[in-house]
Amino acid sequence: MLISNTQEIPGKTIVEFFGVVSGSTVRAKHIGRDIAAGLKNVVGGELRGYTELLQEARGEAIRRMSYQAEEQGANAIVNVRFATSSVAQGAAELFAYGTAVRVE
Amino acid sequence: MIELSVYLITPVMLLGAWITGTLLERRHFQDLLRLESGAREILAVTVEDVPAGWEVEECDLVIGNVVISQDYFKRVAASIKGIFGGRIGVYEPLLERARREAVVRMKEEARAHGHDTVINVRIETSPLARARSDAKGTAGVEIMAFGTAVTLRAGTRKRIGPGGGVPI
Repeated sequence: MLISNTQEIPGKTIVEFFGVVSGSTVRAKHIGRDIAAGLKNVVGGELRGYTELLQEARGEAIRRMSYQAEEQGANAIVNVRFATSSVAQGAAELFAYGTAVRVE
Repeated sequence: MIELSVYLITPVMLLGAWITGTLLERRHFQDLLRLESGAREILAVTVEDVPAGWEVEECDLVIGNVVISQDYFKRVAASIKGIFGGRIGVYEPLLERARREAVVRMKEEARAHGHDTVINVRIETSPLARARSDAKGTAGVEIMAFGTAVTLRAGTRKRIGPGGGVPI
């Protein structure tokens, strides 16, 4: 599965459009990470636990999106966008969406 | 004695947070200089498509993210400044170093996949949790940089910038 945030896959031509595909996941902070991040929050700087958490979650959203595209018979997703929203205290939704296409 | 230590805990925490936070910030800026010079050969541009004349062999979506938070002292300082409005200077270096870090991570991922250029770079900012009004509570902000990493076919590679447009 080729994934790109450009209008088309560079070096390929789009031959078929399948429409919008999306994947999302809601993650809550792990209690251990939350305590560590709370302590880190006093001195400031990178909250590494959260960085990794969001990275994994975004990977999951992308995987779900790819799966959806694959089911429709697409081999690429173009114009991928991301959205992050904190739905509740300590929980965030990671959302990825794009257009499933077939390229040659 | 116990009462005294209760009164002292907030100023001590503020001072400690200020010193450690400032030191961490300074060290991060030094690290960034080193990291950025290491990732310099990866070209990142915000143009949406591959410029004419560039032939692409393969592409990949690359993402670099970082969650960063402000130290306790500067959060309190910003909340006081927020009453009067105007420019909140203490938050500017925080967001700057987070953005630079995210871009460097994105470039490193592109390099790990064997690509040399990142096109259509976008940088997004999202607050993870709002600081409570008393300036306590986690106030993380996530910066994410993403783009399409491409490998250009040999001979079509061009540099933008001083003396640009010349195949290298």
